[in-house]
Amino acid sequence: MNFPLLSVITFTPALAAVVLLMLPKDRKDEARVIAAVASFFTMALCIWAYFSYDRAAGGFQFVEQVDWIPAIGTTYHVGVDGISLPLLLLNGVVAFTGVLISWGVDDRPNLFFAFLFLVVTGVFGVFVSLDLFYLFFAYELAVFPMYLLISMWGWKKTRNYAAMKLTLYLLIGSIVALVGILAFYFEAGLQTFDILALREAGVGGAFQKAWFLPVFLGFGVLAGVWPFHSWSPDGHVAAPSAGSMVHAGVLMKVGAYSALRVGVELFPEGAQFWLPYVILLTLVNVVYGSMIALAQEDFKYVIGFSSVSHMGLVSMGFATMSPIGLSGAALQMFSHGVMTALFFAVVGMVYDRAHTRHIPDLGGFAKIMPMAAVAFIIGGLVSMGMPGFSGFIAEVQIFLGLWQARNLAWWYPWVAVLASTGIIFTAAYVLRVVQRVFFGKLKPEYAGLPGISVLDKVALGILCTILVVVGIYPRIITGVIELGVTSTLALLGGG
Amino acid sequence: MTVHDLLPILTALIPLPTFIAFALIILFFNKWKRVSHSIAIGAMLLAFLMAQVVFWSVIAPDGHELAEHPLHVQIPWLPSGAEALEMGVLIDPLGAFVLFFVSITCLCIFVYSVGYMSEGGKHYDPRYSRFFAYISLFATGMLGLTVADNLLMLFIFWEIMGLCSYLLIGFWWEKNYPDPKQVNPRQAGLKAFMTTRVGDVIMLLGIAYLYSATGTLSFRELLSAETLGILKEMPSYIPGLSAAALAGLLLFGGTVGKSAQFPLHVWLPDAMEGPTPVSAMIHAATMVSAGVYMAVRMFPLLQVGFDIHHGAQLTTPMIVMALIGTFSAFMAATIAVAQDDIKRVLAYSTISQLAYMVAALGIGAYVAAAFHLIAHAFFKALLFLGSGSIIVGSHHEQDMMKMGGLFKRMPVTAITFIVGGLSLSGFPLFFAGFWSKDEILAVAYHAGFNEGIVLAVVVYVFLALGALLTAFYTGRQICLTFLGQPRSDHAAHAHEVSWTVYVPLIALALFAVFFGYIGIPEVFPLLGGEHSNLFHHFVGATLGTETLHQLPHPEQLDLLPFVLSFLISPLGLLAGYLVYGRKPLQAGQPDPLVKALGPLYPVLKNKYYVDELYDAVFIQPAIKLAKWVYKWVDRWFIDGILHNVARGAFGLGHLNRRFDLAVINGGVDRMTDGIKWLAQNGRQVLQTGQVQHYLLQVLFFLCGFGVLYVWGDAILAFIQRLLGI
Repeated sequence: MNFPLLSVITFTPALAAVVLLMLPKDRKDEARVIAAVASFFTMALCIWAYFSYDRAAGGFQFVEQVDWIPAIGTTYHVGVDGISLPLLLLNGVVAFTGVLISWGVDDRPNLFFAFLFLVVTGVFGVFVSLDLFYLFFAYELAVFPMYLLISMWGWKKTRNYAAMKLTLYLLIGSIVALVGILAFYFEAGLQTFDILALREAGVGGAFQKAWFLPVFLGFGVLAGVWPFHSWSPDGHVAAPSAGSMVHAGVLMKVGAYSALRVGVELFPEGAQFWLPYVILLTLVNVVYGSMIALAQEDFKYVIGFSSVSHMGLVSMGFATMSPIGLSGAALQMFSHGVMTALFFAVVGMVYDRAHTRHIPDLGGFAKIMPMAAVAFIIGGLVSMGMPGFSGFIAEVQIFLGLWQARNLAWWYPWVAVLASTGIIFTAAYVLRVVQRVFFGKLKPEYAGLPGISVLDKVALGILCTILVVVGIYPRIITGVIELGVTSTLALLGGG
Repeated sequence: MTVHDLLPILTALIPLPTFIAFALIILFFNKWKRVSHSIAIGAMLLAFLMAQVVFWSVIAPDGHELAEHPLHVQIPWLPSGAEALEMGVLIDPLGAFVLFFVSITCLCIFVYSVGYMSEGGKHYDPRYSRFFAYISLFATGMLGLTVADNLLMLFIFWEIMGLCSYLLIGFWWEKNYPDPKQVNPRQAGLKAFMTTRVGDVIMLLGIAYLYSATGTLSFRELLSAETLGILKEMPSYIPGLSAAALAGLLLFGGTVGKSAQFPLHVWLPDAMEGPTPVSAMIHAATMVSAGVYMAVRMFPLLQVGFDIHHGAQLTTPMIVMALIGTFSAFMAATIAVAQDDIKRVLAYSTISQLAYMVAALGIGAYVAAAFHLIAHAFFKALLFLGSGSIIVGSHHEQDMMKMGGLFKRMPVTAITFIVGGLSLSGFPLFFAGFWSKDEILAVAYHAGFNEGIVLAVVVYVFLALGALLTAFYTGRQICLTFLGQPRSDHAAHAHEVSWTVYVPLIALALFAVFFGYIGIPEVFPLLGGEHSNLFHHFVGATLGTETLHQLPHPEQLDLLPFVLSFLISPLGLLAGYLVYGRKPLQAGQPDPLVKALGPLYPVLKNKYYVDELYDAVFIQPAIKLAKWVYKWVDRWFIDGILHNVARGAFGLGHLNRRFDLAVINGGVDRMTDGIKWLAQNGRQVLQTGQVQHYLLQVLFFLCGFGVLYVWGDAILAFIQRLLGI
């Protein structure tokens, strides 16, 4: 048997979490070092997996399969393809950088990192899973510890409300999806939860049309599909920085990824029927999210709503069901994950110093933390879809996809036209916060504040580098994504 | 491998040196000011030399050879599904000339920046190094755009320039003005970025549309006769428009934004908040020209369906361009008349002159537009640099009302500025601006009066009036600045800055004079001849003959426009001199125009109140809408539903609990209570402790058993009957 790479990646954080939980609570530095080492090791493995994936062969690789509960036909079956592989890498990177910028967490850091790692394990589980039962299991594992992270380390003012809203909302969404999954399981009648087998089940069109929406939108709640998005800004704002990074950066992708892998791939006829309507919801996401972000006075809420807007582009890319649009969506997942992790990291750094996120009270922070300002601006450029950065590639692909998909429904080009206003709003809110927070006059009370630490710089450096490298040389990611997209499209009967 | 094989590779490398300079300065040399400017200028010089090598290797009396076999090389860049988007470079006759002027103006402005940003070496700007980093990145953007062989790559460099423009307009972002209505650099940068962004997004839609319709974004494939033929026949979403027309209109949106045409012109005047070399390079010579360059580049697409030989029907994009161009040209010229800030006059003049090119394209004058594009870049860069020299020389005074008498104090600046001004106003024979503007007017006249295109008549009339206004405000500017006595202390102590400032001025002045001589119409008396119009033969060949239906060049001279073009400029200048030069203004004396124009003056001074209009119609409502949506839709409606569901669930829980307490708990409680009561009281009833009571109970039960024993079956049958079993 080969080296179980994906299992090691998935369970290293879980193992670290167990070790951390056993650590005495006054061993704070030990806890931090363990967390950093474990997450670095995981990230390194992810990078290794990413670059050792055989692009010539394509398909699912690093596959492992072990019986789990034979009575119901579920196995521990994992593997990655071109769509999940970049997300795997994303999760590794965000987890590591999240640990780095959380070095200053002083309240029970061992517990903090343990819960964070449970989320990370859950996220890995979803991305590598090829078994519906395991996928669902991992999904719940990814969602729940967030409750603890927010309610214990979150922003005191709203953490109870936000933690409850987020957790309940996501659980309800996942239960709805679970019902759909079970319905599919019984309808297929294959006595297996194996995704690859179920794909071939040939379930009837009427069934698919009836059950696509619950599954897609059930998972879509976590992807922030309008109008089921409202947990996200509140949750992201209340969460501690690393929590927001992981949650907005990767956990929302878990929703989108599951909606694609389970919703679209298992219910292709349902997808073809419903997605042309779902795209209207995603259009609302894009425009509405960016517009509301413009109206926010709280720095972190701006970023929270920007996620709503950008995740809308992901679902919009799905809804094009065209090769270039899907590629764009997959890349947007990756790009947005890195970008928003960067945003939340910087927002956290500003808040830690100013103890306020009220935009009119900030200003001139480029003087205190120039590197953080540069990083935020790079994130902003990605967000605006500026060429030279990853966001541009993703957005161009999605827009090209929208025109390409104009045969699906007459409104696709109009969706592109209206969604483009979102780009303008995005530029407006990004420049607004950049100018108000980082430029302008620095208030005297902030004058002596310390700059950011070396670890912070490393974290921001990693995130920025990725955004630039992908922007300049997109093939490094799109070459992989393409392989995954082709198989998804084959299921949709095109390609 | 011959030299000709190496040229495409050399071309591809042209944008590279300045990019490396940018990275080096930003990463390593941010603190070393002189090192930074040396790196930047060295890189620009290298790029300049490479560009000139390419230009001089391809230049020929006839451009057809190069048009058919342009320098071209490409590599795959972004695989997407089945196809791959490719990146590559392309140099055809048009590209060669654009490369020529871009590299010259950029180099001049780089050198000039040394003097300007250090005030002649006396006072270095605190962010001096960063300035050179930004302009290096900008040069990369412009050079990259020039050599791009496809729309996507063009768009990428286009956006890079937009970003640099934003950064450089807001370069002095600490600056605030006491008057809150005066736009500060931060706001100006934001305004420029957002306004051009609107155009960019429209252009991006056009690119996406073209790609979906044709599957390619390469200029060569896109503008081939075959593809254009397909696009011409393909219906678009809008009735009456072909796919080519829709795509053309959308792309033109990008030009409107980038080249500051009405209705997206509002950002350019405020962009003057940036340092003057930036105004010269980005907002006069290169970036704003890129908008027109893109339209020129895409002209074959814009004119699909236009056929001069069959009734001369203008296409929809052409009509739109002609109208927007004519209107912008005239409107901006009127505003320029009433501006007091030396740079703002030039800014409006830039809008106006770019509009000449747009209008020229609108009536099919492809070569004339390209010619004016290049001539304008030279003389407008010269004028901006001259104004910058004046500004630094007179201690940061920008108000022309406070200048005067600078001719004696800054002679080199004055002479070069006047050369630029004469070129701008199209002073006959000796200046490039004459030849290029004359060509546009001549073609417009020809199209209107000889070919019978009504719109061209309108274009001609308004452009000619605009030219008169141009000459007038140029005359006004020259007189206010250089003649008379200084109207402030600053102007009184003005002086030349340094050689880095005036050497570029001289270089550009030479081009502002001599560039025109490569485009003398064949039909021009005396000077014209078979080979006099090199530019036309070379650049005109870019389009080939199959796809192009540009207007044929006038074959004989039209007398009226010929005479007019000789008269317009001197008349306008003379008017300017009569008002401002004959009796120079004294300090504090109001502009004679205030009285002369009456109520019109405030309208012009306030730029037709377009800024106020946009603020009231777009910006404020958008912000209000965003706030409203957040408050009512997101918080009140969506979260309201959510909270009510939660409250409902919570209420249901309470109800359950109450049912639980009352019925289930209560029932059990009551039952146990009953049993307890029964047990307590029943015991007292049954167990009285008296023997006769016990005996009575025994008798009662015995009777009962007796009854059951005798009539048991009958009772059972009766019960069964009763229950219907």
